[in-house]
Amino acid sequence: MQNEALIPYLGVVTDIRVDTPDVKTFRVVSAADGQKLFEHIPGQCAMVSIPGVGEAMFSITSSPTNREYMEFSIKKCGCLTSWLHQMEVGQYVTVRGPYGNGFPVEGAFKGKDLLFVAGGIGLAPLRSVINYCRHYRENYGTIDIVYGSRSMEDLVDYQEILEEWSKEEGVNVHLTIDREQPEWNGHVGFVPNFVTELAFEPTKTAILCGPPIMIKFTLAGLEQMGFPKSQIFTTLEFRMKCGIGKCGRCNIGNQYICKDGPVFRLDQLAELPDEY
Amino acid sequence: MQEVIKQKAIELLSSGKADRVLGWKEGEFFYDITPAVFTDVKEIEEKFVYNAFCGPNFSKYLVAESRKDGKIAVFLKPCDTYSFQQLLKEHRILRDKVYAVGIPCDGMVDIEKIRQKKIKGITGVTEAGEVLQIDTIYGKKEVAKKDVLAERCENCKSKKHVVYDELIGEEGDVLDSHRFDLVEKIEAMSEEERFAFWQNELSRCIRCNACRNVCPACTCEKCVFDNPASGIDQKAAADSFEEKMFHIIRAFHVAGRCTDCGECSRVCPQNIPLHLLNRKFIKDINEFYGEYQAGADMETRAPLTDYQTDDCEPSVILTKGDQ
Amino acid sequence: MKKISLEKLNALFAEIAETKALYLPVDTETGAQYQKWEEGKTLSSALNTVRSAKDFFFPQTESLVHFKVEGKKIEIMDVRDEGAPFVIFGVRGCDVKSFELLDRVFLQDPVDTYYQNRRNNAIIVSLACSEPEETCFCHSFGISAADPAGDVTAWIKDGEIIFRANTEKGEQLLAPLPLEEGGEAKAEEARSEIEAITKKLPLQNLPLEKFKAENLMDFFNDPKWASLSQSCLGCGTCTFVCPTCHCFDIRDFDTGHGVQRFRCWDSCMYRDFSQMAAANPRLSQLERFRQRFMHKLVYYPANHEGRFLCVGCGRCLSRCPISMDIVKVIKELGGERDAK
Repeated sequence: MQNEALIPYLGVVTDIRVDTPDVKTFRVVSAADGQKLFEHIPGQCAMVSIPGVGEAMFSITSSPTNREYMEFSIKKCGCLTSWLHQMEVGQYVTVRGPYGNGFPVEGAFKGKDLLFVAGGIGLAPLRSVINYCRHYRENYGTIDIVYGSRSMEDLVDYQEILEEWSKEEGVNVHLTIDREQPEWNGHVGFVPNFVTELAFEPTKTAILCGPPIMIKFTLAGLEQMGFPKSQIFTTLEFRMKCGIGKCGRCNIGNQYICKDGPVFRLDQLAELPDEY
Repeated sequence: MQEVIKQKAIELLSSGKADRVLGWKEGEFFYDITPAVFTDVKEIEEKFVYNAFCGPNFSKYLVAESRKDGKIAVFLKPCDTYSFQQLLKEHRILRDKVYAVGIPCDGMVDIEKIRQKKIKGITGVTEAGEVLQIDTIYGKKEVAKKDVLAERCENCKSKKHVVYDELIGEEGDVLDSHRFDLVEKIEAMSEEERFAFWQNELSRCIRCNACRNVCPACTCEKCVFDNPASGIDQKAAADSFEEKMFHIIRAFHVAGRCTDCGECSRVCPQNIPLHLLNRKFIKDINEFYGEYQAGADMETRAPLTDYQTDDCEPSVILTKGDQ
Repeated sequence: MKKISLEKLNALFAEIAETKALYLPVDTETGAQYQKWEEGKTLSSALNTVRSAKDFFFPQTESLVHFKVEGKKIEIMDVRDEGAPFVIFGVRGCDVKSFELLDRVFLQDPVDTYYQNRRNNAIIVSLACSEPEETCFCHSFGISAADPAGDVTAWIKDGEIIFRANTEKGEQLLAPLPLEEGGEAKAEEARSEIEAITKKLPLQNLPLEKFKAENLMDFFNDPKWASLSQSCLGCGTCTFVCPTCHCFDIRDFDTGHGVQRFRCWDSCMYRDFSQMAAANPRLSQLERFRQRFMHKLVYYPANHEGRFLCVGCGRCLSRCPISMDIVKVIKELGGERDAK
């Protein structure tokens, strides 16, 4: 019998990193041979599950250029994610995927100046793309990363941002937090305003991920700055069960987020119902 | 009668006594009638109907409708008024936002029963006294109305309206129905027979939730069967035990509040006689605590939420259960 | 073509059932239902079954995979089986068409092997509709009640049942059976009679022309959804009796000895269908109601070369507790309603 998309692989958690008070990053390899479970494109997702607890879609936050393992950065917000946050190294999980279209890193992004805008856990799906583009640095122009969170403690991947991203030539990191903090001497304010203040050239390709309210206001700002819709990409999330465009719930219009998304260009979204 | 009710609807709307009218809207055929909120006179003139296929009980819609701006007029058949009053008693409907018009009912027809008589391709039905003249694409047919009445109407418990602001037609009486006959028959079965009876009926359940969603006694903001934290929110029966759980738990939840309006059985796409579960509870309550009809009045306390020193002892219930 | 007297039909069923499981519509107290044939069961005369034939390929619940959980370790157990060939006898044209529409979902890459196994094992004998109901509107979707598809097509006429094999599977089914040659003339007669009745059906020529991908946003934003969905109870009846509705949920069931992951029917009419931990993009019944009909009339056609996800079987017309069905939606949104 041929392989079945709804039967998962077995993975084992080999490392758990505490990113913020409510975000942890889990490193997963195959339980069978200790290798990476499968290859993926930046922006693609996988269904991770603990049998008996639940199964949900998470973006793969590690870059495909990592040949050894995959990582998932997961925010604690429901039943399954709470369970995942309590687990220890050595725990088995089931994983199936990769799902979705991913970002056009080998297409529309090539040769472009890239502007990443993320809020909170929204950095998770972008981390994979950012590290991919850093790996193949020569294929892309300058990389700007605007990232904000509620507080300093809530900045995901802060160590990696400071120690790797910020130090790389051609990569400009702009961090912000919502409210003043004594030990913070960077920018304070919301992401959409910060993006406007930074006055980027509208020739860049913008990639957005974050809470709906951040997306909404950042989009307004970008459009005002003259960014055409065809140069703005974002990812959507929805309740998903199958991951393969059959179970029927994650559609906006005739597009299934699990299969045709989660990455959409703004001009594509403009032609679809505003039901997300 | 339809004309009188229609004129009343128009009068209520145009006089400003009501801002909206909850009534029945015609469909493609004679029998596929949809509950609808009318806000303009022209629409009432064209689409408002009242005939022997106006089964839906509007009471439950009033939970949401009475929370909207303005006043809503509603037409209630005698049995609907029991559900309405029960919901008033439970403080689920805002009384001053509703103008209730009691309307007479000669019993509603079950289109399924007409189909069971091998009458196919029904395009129209005319009521001629006790007889229904049926037009079909295969010619004209006739049936006696009493042979195709909905089960709940065959065993009508009351032609009396227990609450209203205005009454159209003459007031009827509480009837001496035979609604517990079948319950008695099931009680008389052996335990094995009874189990087999319910297993046969309930195994057809497809968990569409129509019975629960239509039930005027089911007005929880979040049903336990929809709550992921309850552990029993499965949408399908994982095994044959699950269906029993769903229907029996539901019957327990509405016990003492169910007015026996029969909507659950009307809507069941698998024709499961769900009302029998509720009637068993009603019959038991009557026997244990004295005659009680949910929704019959605003004052009496429901037996299951009330304690009297002469209440029967739990052991009585246990003994009865042993039989 | 081949034929046999209706009196010998039960003997024919016995013959088929010798080698394969045979399912057919059987009359029960509560309408016709598909049942496995055994001695004493006879073919229903009802036009259609209460539940659709999709159950054969997309059952209400099915196990997907089992897990054994021990400490931190998990073991995966594949519970699929190859199944065995079976025959479904007496499927109406509408339900046969629904298989084709479901194939486009479940057999599209990545293939759903659970569905595929059953589909491959099935031999479908369709039966022309001698007496269509007023709720039938298959004609609107280009389906012929008089000459349905399937591996074998059958007609009942003047005490005889006539068979025509349409596929190799069908040929193989008929070959060993004790049938007589002939029946062409009677089949033709039955066909033209049914076509004549079809023309008299009240729900013909529904205004479907405007339901196209390019009008997606127009339909989505139509203010009429509010009144159409107004009294919807939010139950799943329409979706569960529908031969083409195929949304499902995947859930885990802890048996105490392990975890069964199963799939079960789900309904877009339910609130929790799209509920996420923190948000729900379809909060009101209007949005859920709209999703169902947009899926059938606009989204699916947009992805499948204009095919509608409806076969006009009429089950939702007779089962919706409040009689709000796809015909009313099509008439209300697709054009002016006929003056009565």
